[in-house]
Amino acid sequence: MDVQIWTFIIVGLTFALYIGVAIYSRAGSTSEFYVAGGGVPPVVNGLATAADWMSAASFISMAGLISFMGYQGGQYLMGWTGGYVLLALLLAPYLRKFGKYTVPDFIGERYYSQTARLVAALCALFISFTYVVGQMKGVGIAFSTFLKVKFEWGVVMGVGIVFFYAVLGGMKGITYTQVVQYCVLIFAYMVPAIFISIMMVGTPIPQLGLGGDLADGTPLLVKLDQLSTELGFKEYTTSKKSTIDLFFVTAALMLGTAGLPHVIVRFFTVPRVSDARVSAGWALVFIALLYTTAPAVAAFARTNLINTVNEKEYAELPEWFNNWETTGLLIFDDKNQDGKVQYYNDSNTEFNNSVAIPNGWKGNELTIDQDIMVMANPEIASLPNWVIALVVAGGLASALSTAAGLLLVISSSISHDILKKWLRPDISEKGELRAARIAIAVAVVVAGYAGINPPGFVAQVVAFAFGLAAASFFPAIVLGIFSKRMNMPGAVSGMIVGLVFTASYIIYFKYGGGTPDQYWFGISPEGIGTLGMLFNFVVSITVSQFTPAPPESVQEMVENIRIPRGAGEASVH
Amino acid sequence: MSEKNLKDYWRTNVRYLVILLLIWFVVSYGCGILFVDALNTIKVGGYPLGFWFAQQGSIYVFVILIFVYVYLMNNLDKKFDVDEK
Repeated sequence: MDVQIWTFIIVGLTFALYIGVAIYSRAGSTSEFYVAGGGVPPVVNGLATAADWMSAASFISMAGLISFMGYQGGQYLMGWTGGYVLLALLLAPYLRKFGKYTVPDFIGERYYSQTARLVAALCALFISFTYVVGQMKGVGIAFSTFLKVKFEWGVVMGVGIVFFYAVLGGMKGITYTQVVQYCVLIFAYMVPAIFISIMMVGTPIPQLGLGGDLADGTPLLVKLDQLSTELGFKEYTTSKKSTIDLFFVTAALMLGTAGLPHVIVRFFTVPRVSDARVSAGWALVFIALLYTTAPAVAAFARTNLINTVNEKEYAELPEWFNNWETTGLLIFDDKNQDGKVQYYNDSNTEFNNSVAIPNGWKGNELTIDQDIMVMANPEIASLPNWVIALVVAGGLASALSTAAGLLLVISSSISHDILKKWLRPDISEKGELRAARIAIAVAVVVAGYAGINPPGFVAQVVAFAFGLAAASFFPAIVLGIFSKRMNMPGAVSGMIVGLVFTASYIIYFKYGGGTPDQYWFGISPEGIGTLGMLFNFVVSITVSQFTPAPPESVQEMVENIRIPRGAGEASVH
Repeated sequence: MSEKNLKDYWRTNVRYLVILLLIWFVVSYGCGILFVDALNTIKVGGYPLGFWFAQQGSIYVFVILIFVYVYLMNNLDKKFDVDEK
């Protein structure tokens, strides 16, 4: 059977499965809609968190990014996993004990201020919305590349399926669909990785394969360093970027992870405080499975690609090369008309002078989109067609599961934090549930529309979402738990300083014409959230020293969230 | 629970946090970033060690840290009788 039929079958089956799960787990109350009734077992929540967390960027793009960045790609691997340690140790158990529905809920109550709640709700909305648009775009690309349907129709199909199970099931439906989606995506990621690992280094465990030996006895990483330098690139395993920037970017990703509302809110769904701790551990186990495989996939794919195409006759390249050329993700331009592919680093002047020009090379002839490293893997390894279809289904699962989690945050920010807690406190539970459903329905449609016509700012969304989460939520929550003295003026001024500083830096360098040589201490916009967070901490602590302590009732609340006993269900106030 | 007990419980918790986060910092920012070049001179099973920490090792350590914390806290909760029934 050909790839397209397989893809239709496998994607169709997984979609039917998601719908089935959604019908089985409908939400009947606001508590079920916002936090799945607080009754999700920790391992299940770990699975759902992993699917929630790993987006199309993790599944499709990350290995490709690493294969071009080499050692530096570690910033994503450490950054997107290290945050779970912070979550498990500093945030999740206490927020679970607090026992409300949303992150703005905590900010609003702990800092006894409607303004703080509103600012937090708007931040959560902005972060989640920019993030979800990227997922919708990913869904559209997956459909249009593999099912040969129009990009727009791909997005519409994705919107349709998320609409169905998110509106119907709320957090409960989303949680159980995410569990299924995790299984689909991890299976789809591991199968090709295992096959390629066997093929290249003779071990079925990719994590070991990365340190393994190739058929000729040279270690893979040594070979890759050698291939890279022969083509004018830097060594694969060593660093190039400034250490301070690497440090700041990694920190911003970790702190951002720990401050992202759609991740935090998952820990409101488990029954007990100790479950919140252990379920962060499970989440990281399930995430680590993919995240430790990705660098292996990256190194295999890069070695494979260089060996297969470089200095080879274009006419004799394998079939997958031509298949991917038609998608535009792989572009060959025979600049010196010798019929061979020259792939090298043409921005390396020394290499140009010493190797490229004497050989008659007229510039790099191969443009490779990073996403191809995962998507083309099954074909490069000559795996059967159903594996290719499986990878498509995995990519869709990762995008849909993340989109659903984000949409829930958007809906709860609107129906709970803004409507119930601010505009219409007298709204009935039934009314709030209806509002939550309407909010999520509208959010799905708007996100779909924005996915088809992405606003300009979306391209830079990652820097924004992580930087802002790191500079705003993380310090406010941590101080709210660990300092009884922290008060409203301190936290609010800290959040404002952190947000304004981080946002202005990012905007200046991404859109305002700032150039990299003007970076403060060489810190790129991706890493600036770390500095924003430090400013937030300093300002919060200083201001709180000169302003009155928080009311007695708030101090008691802080004491109460520090001990696990008496957590109970996530409750209505 | 008495005032003093609560203080002791919290102080022990914070001590665990400081120790575990110190390890967290050393493996990722230390071994994976700051001392990576020095560690790369050591080869372990086909891996330069610094590279291994940045792309594999720190992730394994993160997982272990969380489960160690879970274990420590479950015992601590029982000891101070603040665990959930």
